[in-house]
Amino acid sequence: MNEIGLTHILVISTLLFFIGVYGFLTRRNMIIMLMAIELILNSVNINFVAFNKYIYSGKLDGLFFTLFITAIAAAEAAVAIAIIINLYRNYKSIDINDADSMKY
Amino acid sequence: MTNLTLLIVIPLLTALAVLFCSDAKQIRWTAFLGSIIQLVYSSAILYSYTMERIAGNTSQMLFESRHTWYRALNIEYYVGVDGISIAMILLTALVVVSGILISWKMEILTKEFFFLLLLLSVGAYGFFISLDLFTLFFFLEIAVIPKFLLIGIWGSGKKEYSAMKLALMLMAGSALVLVGILATYFNTDIGGGVHTFDILKIAHQPISINVQQFVFPLLFVGFGVFTALFPFHTWAPDGHSSAPTAASMFLAGISMKLGGYGCLRVATYLMPEAAQHYSWIIVLLATIAIIYGAFATLMQKDLKYINAYSSVSHCGFVLLGIGMLTKTAIIGAVMQMVSHGLMTALFFGAIGMIYERTHTRQVEQLGGLLKVIPFLGVVYVIAGLCSLGLPGFSGFVAEMTVFIGSWQHPGMFNRIATLLACASIVVTAVYILRAAGKAVMGPITDEHYLQLKDATWNEKLASVLLIMAILSIGIAPFWFTDLISADTQLIMENIVRGITNK
Amino acid sequence: MLDSTYIALIPVIPAISFLLIALVGRRYFPKLCGIAGTLSLLVSFLLSSVVACQYFFEVGKVEGVYQKIIAMKQVWLQFAPGVSIDMGILLDPISVMMIVIVTFISLMVHIYSLGYMKEDTRISTYYSFLSLFTFSMLGLVLSTNIFQIYIFWELVGVSSFLLIGFYYDKPSAVAASKKAFIVTRFADLGFLIGILILSYYTETLDFRTLIARLTTDGSYLSSIISASFIGCSALTWGLILVFIGGAGKSAMFPLHIWLPDAMEGPTPVSALIHAATMVVAGVYLVARLFPVFSISCPEALNVVAYIGIFSSLFAAVIACTQTDIKRVLAYSTMSQIGFMMFALGVSGYGGEKGLGYMASMFHLFTHAIFKALLFLGAGAVIHYVHSNEMNDMGGLRKNMPVTHITFLLACLAIAGIPPFAGFFSKEEILLAAWNSNKFIFYVAIITAALTAFYMFRLYFSIFWNKEFKPAHVNDNGVKETSSHKNHEGGISMLFPLIILAILSVIAGFVPFNRLVTSDGVELNTEFHLSFSIAPVLLAIAGITIATIFYRKQNNLPQKFSNSLNGFYTAAYKKFYMDELYLFITKKIIFNCVGKPAAWIDKYIVDGAINGIAGITAIFSDLIKIVQSGKLQDYAIYFISGVIGLVVLVIYWKF
Repeated sequence: MNEIGLTHILVISTLLFFIGVYGFLTRRNMIIMLMAIELILNSVNINFVAFNKYIYSGKLDGLFFTLFITAIAAAEAAVAIAIIINLYRNYKSIDINDADSMKY
Repeated sequence: MTNLTLLIVIPLLTALAVLFCSDAKQIRWTAFLGSIIQLVYSSAILYSYTMERIAGNTSQMLFESRHTWYRALNIEYYVGVDGISIAMILLTALVVVSGILISWKMEILTKEFFFLLLLLSVGAYGFFISLDLFTLFFFLEIAVIPKFLLIGIWGSGKKEYSAMKLALMLMAGSALVLVGILATYFNTDIGGGVHTFDILKIAHQPISINVQQFVFPLLFVGFGVFTALFPFHTWAPDGHSSAPTAASMFLAGISMKLGGYGCLRVATYLMPEAAQHYSWIIVLLATIAIIYGAFATLMQKDLKYINAYSSVSHCGFVLLGIGMLTKTAIIGAVMQMVSHGLMTALFFGAIGMIYERTHTRQVEQLGGLLKVIPFLGVVYVIAGLCSLGLPGFSGFVAEMTVFIGSWQHPGMFNRIATLLACASIVVTAVYILRAAGKAVMGPITDEHYLQLKDATWNEKLASVLLIMAILSIGIAPFWFTDLISADTQLIMENIVRGITNK
Repeated sequence: MLDSTYIALIPVIPAISFLLIALVGRRYFPKLCGIAGTLSLLVSFLLSSVVACQYFFEVGKVEGVYQKIIAMKQVWLQFAPGVSIDMGILLDPISVMMIVIVTFISLMVHIYSLGYMKEDTRISTYYSFLSLFTFSMLGLVLSTNIFQIYIFWELVGVSSFLLIGFYYDKPSAVAASKKAFIVTRFADLGFLIGILILSYYTETLDFRTLIARLTTDGSYLSSIISASFIGCSALTWGLILVFIGGAGKSAMFPLHIWLPDAMEGPTPVSALIHAATMVVAGVYLVARLFPVFSISCPEALNVVAYIGIFSSLFAAVIACTQTDIKRVLAYSTMSQIGFMMFALGVSGYGGEKGLGYMASMFHLFTHAIFKALLFLGAGAVIHYVHSNEMNDMGGLRKNMPVTHITFLLACLAIAGIPPFAGFFSKEEILLAAWNSNKFIFYVAIITAALTAFYMFRLYFSIFWNKEFKPAHVNDNGVKETSSHKNHEGGISMLFPLIILAILSVIAGFVPFNRLVTSDGVELNTEFHLSFSIAPVLLAIAGITIATIFYRKQNNLPQKFSNSLNGFYTAAYKKFYMDELYLFITKKIIFNCVGKPAAWIDKYIVDGAINGIAGITAIFSDLIKIVQSGKLQDYAIYFISGVIGLVVLVIYWKF
């Protein structure tokens, strides 16, 4: 068990995923929440790459998906930051708890 | 050949035309003209109906027309009229004309106001001519929504509360109706497992008694909510008193009649055995409504509340007549529907016109109006006299027919119910005269009243129209009974079938 | 043969005049309305006289029996085969007599009002109401159908309501009109239920058929007698309920309370409606159904007799204590109608036994004349004095000689002094009572004596007693001089007084026994001179006491009333009937029925609906907490949902 196998990578990515979830649920700063989302996405990326390498080593599907997700994450980050800026203009704050006008 | 669909098209076109008008004057004249055309057309239908009958046409419904609407469920647009529907149509046409005349000065959102009034009338006309249960339900729903908006937007007092209460209760009523109609539909069979919504076909194909006993209460209570069946009447006082004048007139004059008509045409006609079975409950509730409505009226201090509670009491007569299941009583019930529609429209009209001038409806604060606004004072007194059943007005004829018809039912329970209903005429006299004696007669209570202006031409025209209709039934009731008695006969035959089957 | 067209015109002319005056005349020709109304009534009166002549002397009698002629009949509202409301005209001795009286008194009142109401700005309204009343009253007496009579019964009720409340800005007048309408409406409820009962068993509403079916043995009669409810047969119930209707309109105890208050209306109206015509409608109704009462149901007739005699005495006692001259007359009316009622009550049907019926109708006839005269005279006095109170009057004989003489004649007539009209009719009533029920007879002659006493009390208090000092001198000096020149009303007010006074003297000689009898056959009455001695002596005694008490101002009445302290106060307060009614309506009905009904509606029925709404609202409050608006809360729900699903997928044993 000296070699780094699939299990090790999956453990890492699971940890990364839950760190991201934890960050998303607990941090009030929207920028940090956005970063948490990036962590989640990256944990997924790691999964894709790992499965591609260890299970379907002849194929490229996993790698393509990773590229897709990275691209989409970039777009998403741009949109999300735009939303955050707009929220900041309205609420003078980027605390997620201040933006609760969707309350009943 | 008379085309009944025009009855729906004319008000609908008028309503659309109103939307394209530019100023208030155009709007009201368009609405007025449209409603007059409708009134004339309704009279023409009455005329050609009478001619057909004289010519010996004995089919149950005249001027039928039928189009498939949704074939999979066998839903048809199927219309036709008999005497009872024609009476209701004429009532609607008259109330619409006078309601529009009385809202002449409506200044807030005029366009929308008249549009909704006309839309409401479309629902009523469609309801009265439908011979297909689904079409009937469709038009019933059309008639409900405008009421909510009319009260909620143009009302007075706690209007949001009243509008919500009224709309929710009526919606609950129509939900029951929908369930009833669907239950009826799935228990019909016109060959090959095909169901039908056709009223006439269902009437000739008895539904099994077990089904009837389940469905009848749904339909009767559902329609009963519309006609203020005790204990589902509480939308009426609040709704009537918060509504703007014309909406009150429409509510009490037309909308409450939708319920009565439905109870008769759908519930009782299609399910005579169950009607027989539940007759005592209907009579009981109707008697409670009559007596209790009358006594509750005694305690009211607001002119509109007085009239609203008295409507509960008067609509009790409609249900009493239907519940008694004798021919005379049912004729009486139909007469009472028309008579009450006209009378209460006149009453609400008069109250609205008085309120517009004095800005109060509290009986305590009014006084001596006969001196300053004699025309409106007289109109109020006439409406009152009609309401308390004075001979010469339609109320008397209708009530007496209900009494005589009810008395023909030999059961002791029904006798006592009749006696109690008769006793309500005394209570009616008390509350009507108390209100009239204080508000219209007596000394003038407020100096401002001396500056009041009497009715304008449109108000006079509206009142005169309604009074003429009331008098024409009251003085010459025979034409009216002739119009409806043949059709009542057919309904009766079904009911007799119910009695013998039982 | 009678021509039905012009008989129909008798009621139709006043109806037309009502419509014309109310719709056109009131606005455009207010001055002419009085004249127009009067002229139309004149035509109506002439027509009814012609009809009366024809009926009584030409066509009415077939083989010595007066027939019931149905001059016309039109189905108005059909309920079931055979059961319909018809509008028609029935001619028989009593209806013919009534149309003559109604049109005649109405004509007199129309003429009188031309003077009396001259200064009123609403004279045209007044005349339209009078025409409406006359039309309804004529329709009532000519009815062929029990429901037709009910319809016109209500219409006279409403005309009476309108006329009592004519001065509608006076709260007391409004209250009185309301009271009159509601009390009679209550009685009409009895009438209506009576009609329902009778018509259900006889399967008709037509008078002739109804009477025929209820007086001859057969299935109809046996079914209605065998049906019983609380110990009485349906027939008895029906007739008593119908009588309650009559008692309400005719102000019989205990439904009389509206009549004294009804005096708030203009005085000519009191003369027409509340003395001569409408209030006798109850008597007329009993007379109309008399064969049924008499042949099939003597129990109900006994009720009529005892209610009649009690009301008569009761009202006479109260009349002795009242000080408002119109109220004295009102109670006197009630008392005299009591006479008519018990006369019917003691009567039998046909032949000699039918004396009471004849006497009752005779008294109705004479009473209409002299009571109208009394009211019109009182109206003239009130017009002059501007007060209803006896205390404001006295010594008026010098100021108003014609009124004085005519009033005296009327008083003599009502007191039953020969040879005035009242004497004959009252003697026959007393004779009928003597023949059948001695108890009623004794009460009746006491009442007759009281009548003489209170009428002359009234007479002396108005025209003799103290000297007259116009009460309104102080308020308005100018008016005082002008009215002093014009003591009596103009010719239009004097003319009816004179005509009626002449008739009060001679009306007693009308041969009623030959014209109006229970079975239409001539009734031969012997005039017992010896029988008349006691009543006449009692009447004279009553007059004498009144003369001693009231001719000159003295303190005898005061002393006398003090000696009867409690009883006098009770009578003066009308035996607290008004208070009793107020207690029942205000305290019991309003508080124990009305208020609970309103309360239940507000808190229970409405409360239930609001409660349903409330429960929905509470429930929605409970679940809306989830909708916090915080993004991270939603994320927690989402993630726990996902985790839940994962757990489910992994551990669920499919």
